[in-house]
Amino acid sequence: MTLFDYPFMINALRAGTIVAVVSGAMGWFMVLRRQTFAGHTLSLIGFPGAAGAILIGLSPAFGYFGFCLAAGVIIAMASPPVGSALYSEESAVIGSVQAFSLACGFLFVNLYHGDLNGLTNLLFGSFLGITNGQVVSLLAVALPALVALGLIARPLLFASVDPEVAAAAGIPVRLLAVVFLLLLGVAAAEASQITGSLLVFALLVLPPATAQVITGRPLLGIGLSVLLGLAVTWAGLVMAYYTPYPTGAFITTLSFAAYVAARSIRVLNARTRKDPASLREAMA
Amino acid sequence: MKPAHLVSGAIAATSTEVIHARGASVRFGERLLWSAVDLHIGPGTFTAILGPNGAGKSTLLKVLLGLQPLAGGTVDVLGAPAGAARRRIGYVPQRRGFDRTLRIRGVDVVRLGLDGSRWGVPVSPIRSRRTREALAEVVDLVGASRYASRPIGELSGGEQQRLVVAQALVRRPELLLLDEPLDSLDLANQAAVAALVQRICRERGVTVVMVAHDVNPILQFLDQVVYVAEGKAVVGAPNDVITTQTLSALYGARVEVLRASDGRLVVVGTPEAPALHADRHAG
Ligand SMILES: Nc1ncnc2c1ncn2[C@@H]1O[C@H](COP(=O)(O)OP(=O)(O)O)[C@@H](O)[C@H]1O
Ligand SMILES: [Mg+2]
Repeated sequence: MTLFDYPFMINALRAGTIVAVVSGAMGWFMVLRRQTFAGHTLSLIGFPGAAGAILIGLSPAFGYFGFCLAAGVIIAMASPPVGSALYSEESAVIGSVQAFSLACGFLFVNLYHGDLNGLTNLLFGSFLGITNGQVVSLLAVALPALVALGLIARPLLFASVDPEVAAAAGIPVRLLAVVFLLLLGVAAAEASQITGSLLVFALLVLPPATAQVITGRPLLGIGLSVLLGLAVTWAGLVMAYYTPYPTGAFITTLSFAAYVAARSIRVLNARTRKDPASLREAMA
Repeated sequence: MKPAHLVSGAIAATSTEVIHARGASVRFGERLLWSAVDLHIGPGTFTAILGPNGAGKSTLLKVLLGLQPLAGGTVDVLGAPAGAARRRIGYVPQRRGFDRTLRIRGVDVVRLGLDGSRWGVPVSPIRSRRTREALAEVVDLVGASRYASRPIGELSGGEQQRLVVAQALVRRPELLLLDEPLDSLDLANQAAVAALVQRICRERGVTVVMVAHDVNPILQFLDQVVYVAEGKAVVGAPNDVITTQTLSALYGARVEVLRASDGRLVVVGTPEAPALHADRHAG
């Protein structure tokens, strides 16, 4: 029997595919906007959300989506207006929210009489027992989110790269920031369900960051980010199938390896060109 | 030195004016930033906005863009109230340069000026060919072809400045608003970017309004000067405004304008040693 003969494995691959595409696309903009800290927080907030949902007898998906979206709105409201120092004040608020959400998560897990296996799954990811219903719910949230991202993609790029000129051109920069954090909340909630809350950056940060090391072209970068996410997710799921270790660990390791490889190649390229400026740039 | 008809007072008909302000004032809370500002800026002219830091020069540009509401008076831009004709205006804000690690190509930043405010995904191949042509043309116009495909964060200040000017020009605007575009450039680049802006103004008939830190690199190109200080503004030909008499009256204190042997102007004795003035780039 191959791993494709197991329905749970098929569902894991389906779910992983949906999550990798959403993370790759949203994550590219997140890395561009220097909002990885916000993205990480959104995914951590999914942890108490999911634990709380389990505690009151709901599917963890409700907790992930509910908490991540609510947190997206809160972070957007707390973020500074256009033109002020980029997102720096945001971090103090976000840092406190991170600590608080982790504490809440552990509290909820304890109240649930500390099912340690469940805790590991929430934090580090699991691919076992993903139901058809879960796949459908992941897709039902992912599709509108991706369509929305497609519709706002260019103004969002403009507002991210050049907020003042974008505002002068009549783009609602503030509103786009809120919408984007909601979309990021969706991506974080989806990724948490595969990689676990602690390892979301493996899909949301590393593939997009790798893509941005490789190319400065927006469309190509987004495509590459999605492809990298798909590759590490599929490989990670297959590896987790053959070993007793959590999915998130493999996905993280592979993503990180890809990132390091891309950076090294860039530094090597700059070295062989013996061009001090591009070497300095590559090391930056 | 300037053709007389280009100088402010000579332009009478409001309908042909690109910018027309009457009794404009801006207030931040209790503080009246400036008031009673009258402007008449004709098509194809080159105007500088000068004045000390904090006088409200950048705010004046934001008023023209319709981003800053007036406390009083009116401002018409391109025949409509400020803000209504945004798409016909190119804007280069005062900036500190792009983040060194921003991995977006220069040409993509230019492209944002063309279709960055369009919603939805680009699909039409005809449009994308026209886009490529328009981009290549404007990048060539500003002399940035050599480095336009490198990430913008890696480029020098002068290179970035040319690309953002290209971004502002790519839509072929009728009015170009530039906020201290020469600031942070070395002398050679200041002269080159100033000459580029002058060429765009003369050859393409684009009306240019430039906030300047130091008037000297653009002095020879100017039709008109708006000098903002002490909550007021004086408007007129450079030779009428940048004088000991006019600036002393504006500041309400003794200010002296000196002309160096090479024709450069130095203003001394302003209450808070403003920029134009103690020329950092001298030498
Ligand atoms: N949105 C705002 N709210 C309150 N004060 C402002 C705002 N924008 C500018 N100011 C103040 O108005 C003054 C003029 O600003 P600005 O137009 O940037 O001056 P300049 O460009 O001449 O240096 C400054 O003191 C600045 O702090
Ligand atoms: Mg200013």
